[in-house]
Amino acid sequence: MAQDNQGMLWEVFIQTKPGQPHRHCGSVHGHDRELALQNARDVYTRRNEGTNLWVVPSNLIVASSPEDIGPFFEPANDKVYRHPTFYTIPEGITHM
Amino acid sequence: MDTNQLEQNFDAKLARNESIEPKDWMPDNYRKHLIRQISQHAHSEIVGMLPEGNWITRAPSLRRKMVLLAKVQDEGGHGLYLYSAAETLNISREELIDQLLTGKAKYSSIFNYPSLTWADIGAIGWLVDGAAIMNQVMLQRTSYGPYARAMVRICKEESFHQRQGYEIMTVLAKGTAEQKAMAQDALNRWWWPSLMMFGPPDEKSPNTANAIKWKIKRETNDELRQKFVNQTFPQADIIGLKLPDPDLKWNESKGGFDFGTPNWEEFYNIIAGNGPCNKARISARTKAHNEGAWVREAANAYAEKKKAVLA
Repeated sequence: MAQDNQGMLWEVFIQTKPGQPHRHCGSVHGHDRELALQNARDVYTRRNEGTNLWVVPSNLIVASSPEDIGPFFEPANDKVYRHPTFYTIPEGITHM
Repeated sequence: MDTNQLEQNFDAKLARNESIEPKDWMPDNYRKHLIRQISQHAHSEIVGMLPEGNWITRAPSLRRKMVLLAKVQDEGGHGLYLYSAAETLNISREELIDQLLTGKAKYSSIFNYPSLTWADIGAIGWLVDGAAIMNQVMLQRTSYGPYARAMVRICKEESFHQRQGYEIMTVLAKGTAEQKAMAQDALNRWWWPSLMMFGPPDEKSPNTANAIKWKIKRETNDELRQKFVNQTFPQADIIGLKLPDPDLKWNESKGGFDFGTPNWEEFYNIIAGNGPCNKARISARTKAHNEGAWVREAANAYAEKKKAVLA
């Protein structure tokens, strides 16, 4: 197989409207920042999906591993008191 | 593009209610205004941990203790969201913290009052968080994107903060005569400082005009204060507590309450550094910062070691 160079992998984040957070939508190959950004535009925003694009080298993203999902997020499991419904509020109270 | 053109683009974006993002051109004064406001907000979250932290070890039950710990932990988290938002405006965390510790930056004057009894924890959650939420709900639509997004997270998380405080007040108000008196006393002491949280009256607020023009704020100090009084009166009434204001009365024509004037002299005096706890708060933060130096040093040493291994 020929060893063609596809360039680095980049993760793509689109902001759909001004003020909205950038959301991950997929990835592209690109040899440098500029090409990655142009490729991301061509691949992911052909129908005006966004007002802003971010590309981030995939190898720079640090992620939690799916195998650890249990113990990793466990500390939040038994803390129901972080939710407003945990508290008893008298009938008729509004704006709270 | 020349500055005029850039400024026109900026104004047009604001007029279309589009948010300003870190890489967009913005007037210097807009940037400065935001750094001041967001950092002041961040410092308030962090210093605000102190009066409540004061009661963690003495919370009356394990349930109340878990709740208070979770709340104070949230405030720390909110401080971090806000510091990060401020940092997108090209100021470093070190500078921000230095400004707090040297007194160059302010934080909400209300955290310079002491939390004297357990009922104060109820009053703080109900009134202080209530007032903060009112301000923050508005700021979810602020013109600076990172600030607005931090506010969305914060408002969602704060929804339990006010409820836990109000629950404490409800239980005390229904308790023994002493407990009810304690709740009323806390309400009496925290009511006026809570009204001051919205800032000076509009005509005396040096920052309001720009904040409104740039859509950083969507409502003025006085508008928010009025809304807060209107919302809080029935909440006090339903649990049998009385807001400590002899001038408070319903005004049918404006569809809201008329109410008395906070003691603005006291407000300015506290801002000038002369509140009951100003010195204690800053010295607690300075101590925490200095005593945490070894953690920062260890983190740097670890980073250096990693770099050496990779090289």
